[in-house]
Amino acid sequence: MLTKRIIPCLDVKDGRVVKGVQFVDLKDAGDPVELAAFYDKEGADELVFLDISASHEGRDTMIDVVRHVAAELAIPFTVGGGINKLEDMKRVLRAGADKVSMNTAAVLNPELVKEGADYFGTQCIVVAIDAKYDPSIDSWRVYTHGGRKATDWEVIEWAKTVEENGAGEILLTSMNADGEKSGFDIKLTKAVSEAVNIPVIASGGAGNADHFDEVFKDGKADAALAASIFHYKETSVSEVKDFLKKRGVTIR
Amino acid sequence: MIGIIDYGMGNLYSVSKALERLGFDYFLSEDPEELKKASGLILPGVGSFRDAASILEKTGLKDFILSEVEKGTPLLGICLGMQLLFEESEENGVSKGLGLLPGRVLRFEGVTEDGTKYKVPHMGWNKLRFHHPESPLLTDLEEEHVYFVHSYVVHTSSPDVVIASADYYGEVPAVVGKGNVFGTQFHPEKSSAEGLGILSNYAELIERK
Repeated sequence: MLTKRIIPCLDVKDGRVVKGVQFVDLKDAGDPVELAAFYDKEGADELVFLDISASHEGRDTMIDVVRHVAAELAIPFTVGGGINKLEDMKRVLRAGADKVSMNTAAVLNPELVKEGADYFGTQCIVVAIDAKYDPSIDSWRVYTHGGRKATDWEVIEWAKTVEENGAGEILLTSMNADGEKSGFDIKLTKAVSEAVNIPVIASGGAGNADHFDEVFKDGKADAALAASIFHYKETSVSEVKDFLKKRGVTIR
Repeated sequence: MIGIIDYGMGNLYSVSKALERLGFDYFLSEDPEELKKASGLILPGVGSFRDAASILEKTGLKDFILSEVEKGTPLLGICLGMQLLFEESEENGVSKGLGLLPGRVLRFEGVTEDGTKYKVPHMGWNKLRFHHPESPLLTDLEEEHVYFVHSYVVHTSSPDVVIASADYYGEVPAVVGKGNVFGTQFHPEKSSAEGLGILSNYAELIERK
């Protein structure tokens, strides 16, 4: 049986992990390779690196990070941020990443998903979707540009479109739940997961181990991503996994 | 020394680095003359079966691989590289593989016989079940989880070539082999200790030769 995956997410800027990482027992909590190795040891099933560099230099540095992570770790990882053309995908995948994730670029240019899937295979292509509830359509609306811009896309319609275009996986972030630590958005996750035939990673809202149990059982998620609760050591990947095993969730 | 066949279809970096970490010598080449010097081969692969099969054919690598296998050189196909060991695939129309192992490569149906839908690709960690624990690839290993990511699956009517399998709405051949030909559907270089164990067992088999 395929196991449910627990995925820590690391924000990387100019080659350093940023945004609230508090690791007292690491020599240098800003080093992506060291943190990646830490999460690997803890039992993380996969990692996501989000490149939030604004400059070309920062993006080039990211390629070095990808190379180092691939050289030292034996678990799969995805790189998102700054993937705007086929050439960007090539660079990241050749450096040793297993998947690339696109968000705004996929909305602006849906053909990009198709191009990537044709060239590298659907399994390499993740589409990240930021969704926020909109009462006027009684559903969730897709946002781009880091949640700053509303689009015309309703989330289910968009999820089905990216699946058709060849996305191999969806990374679904609930903007309503993100940062609240009051649990994943179960309704949203379930709606998307049941609408498509590709795996869905739930993101946004993880506050404790119970929330993972909910999103796997009720939300039908295939994987769940979290950042701050792991970075701040509010819980650990191994604690969450032990808890889920006791609850009967299939876990590695 | 291990020769990794570089035909432009695969992420060779992670496999190379894994071998380095395990302490085995390797080289990458697309040239059959160079690759002849290897005492064992790795055929990686990511992407489409049809493209990969046609490149192997055009570059003469297909004939090279077949003659090396005939001579007894060990060969390990990884992911698409494993699928290429079989007779044919229906990915983007039917195309011929290397035909070293009996079987065909078909897309996961995405729906069971009783109509239940399931997700494709088969993506994530799944547990191995050993059918031939005596295989040199499984030496000192337990039935652990390894990382899969694929939409096509091997169907074979010869259970003797399936060394280990995983369960995903049916049996998924995960480690295959016959004689000096081996393959893994999953990525050993991305499958933590279990995957590295398999890679290491293969490398040792070559060194013992």
